[in-house]
Amino acid sequence: MSILVIAEHNNSGLNAATLNVVAAAQAIGGDIDILVAGSNCGAVGEAAAQVPGVGKVLVADNAAYANQLAENVALLIAEVAAGYSHVLGASTSAGKNILPRAAALLDVQPISDISGVESADTFKRPIYAGNVIATVQSSDAIKVLTVRGTAFDAVPATGGSATVEAIGASHDTGLSSFVDEQIVKSDRPELTAAKIVISGGRGMQNGENFEMLNSIADKLGAAVGASRAAVDAGFVPNDMQVGQTGKIVAPDLYIAVGISGAIQHLAGMKDSKVIVAINKDEEAPIFQVADYGLVADLFVAIPELDSKL
Amino acid sequence: MKILVAVKRVVDYNVKVRAKADGSAVDLVNVKMAINPFCEIAVEEAVRLKEKGIASEVVVVSIGPQQAQEQIRTALALGADRGILVQCEGDLEPLAVAKCLKEICAKEAPEMIILGKQAIDGDNNQTGQMLAALAGYGQGTFASVVEVADGVAKVTREIDGGLQTVALKLPAVVTTDLRLNEPRYASLPNIMKAKKKPMDTTTPADLGVDVAPRTKLLKVEPPAERKAGIKVADVAELVDKLKNEAKVI
Repeated sequence: MSILVIAEHNNSGLNAATLNVVAAAQAIGGDIDILVAGSNCGAVGEAAAQVPGVGKVLVADNAAYANQLAENVALLIAEVAAGYSHVLGASTSAGKNILPRAAALLDVQPISDISGVESADTFKRPIYAGNVIATVQSSDAIKVLTVRGTAFDAVPATGGSATVEAIGASHDTGLSSFVDEQIVKSDRPELTAAKIVISGGRGMQNGENFEMLNSIADKLGAAVGASRAAVDAGFVPNDMQVGQTGKIVAPDLYIAVGISGAIQHLAGMKDSKVIVAINKDEEAPIFQVADYGLVADLFVAIPELDSKL
Repeated sequence: MKILVAVKRVVDYNVKVRAKADGSAVDLVNVKMAINPFCEIAVEEAVRLKEKGIASEVVVVSIGPQQAQEQIRTALALGADRGILVQCEGDLEPLAVAKCLKEICAKEAPEMIILGKQAIDGDNNQTGQMLAALAGYGQGTFASVVEVADGVAKVTREIDGGLQTVALKLPAVVTTDLRLNEPRYASLPNIMKAKKKPMDTTTPADLGVDVAPRTKLLKVEPPAERKAGIKVADVAELVDKLKNEAKVI
């Protein structure tokens, strides 16, 4: 078996999500290569070569791949994938955008968001917002998979010594072009990579009140998330959303504040190691998954928690 | 400009779905069905583009059982002009759905195809991307803003860490994220009017699409249960537990 892992990166550094994907590739077993598609992305290729267990790093350094436009990168992946039995990418917004497009070009039915590897062609994945786990077998010649990062423990970032090979392929379809990007600059860790996450729900009442969570997050080195209800109500932006339709997190500690615990939210956080729920409604379903539940008015409890940390 | 919107009939989002005891499938007997929420956002966006005078016609297509007509009627009541049902039994895989939609695109020649980013049953998040690949169109996935001018769609996308804006040549595929819009409620007169709007029926075979599945569902099972935790009396006890028992802070 030979596995191609699509590197997740920003042209200057390798995103840690790639390390979880390599872990999934190791669970399948076989030779593992990494494809880096980007522009002026030599440093990413060097970083990918350090990942243990990787044989070869293929670097396609071309302006057409600078912004990970799916139209261009999918063509490249479909071309490179011809020699592999598996193509794996992360279940990130970039992976979810690009991999299905590449799969269609290969006439392959991809399998999204795998959470377990049963064998080289059989995988587990959550469906119905994580209420059901499906075991799915693929009969396609090339298996195209996106990997739920929280389900696979990351491999170390260093210790390997893969060879780096440049590939000259340039695909610019001209179908799309990059206009701009607004990335929120934050000193806090990224939601999906944070060891501690504190999230607010509809009970927060407005966006300003999230400052209370920010203050605790800064003390704990935590990321701040939100329920879909808080996003729908316009309190905070959608990229903070934890849940079936947002981000899937599994930190060591998850603190849910003013979150009732709708199915779709639980789908995004119930694999966290320790869950704390703070809610004034003692019947809230969030308490059924919480290791530690505190029935309290968050506007009293949160400032108190802040002062005790 | 003609807009094609794809809608899927799925289990209503309020229903808590369970695996059958024998693990063969998900138990869907007597379960309430509805239009997939992301598809509803797609219909709303198309109708708004028509109301702004950018779109001239909104055609809604669903690929599913005969009962999917109900979801097409829902879309017509929200303001779509006519419907197409691609009737099939069983659940088609996203690749097969994308192939059916590609054939519909070839017949209808829409300049924009709007789909939900994912259906809340299979949670695949694939169909729009695959349709775009097969049709050779650009794709604006996870859209939170769509603007159309001079044959170009500017789509602002929800990405990890923020927003990205891309410009797409038309025709193009757009998939909707939550914040794109808030769908309207259909009024009673519009529900009545929707019953008179035209609806065609076709099949994957008529479209010449091979829908043979590429994957096999071997088993479904409930996720691992979390064991029940404890209630703490106050914040002091919570902090103590987190420090000394769970050792996570």
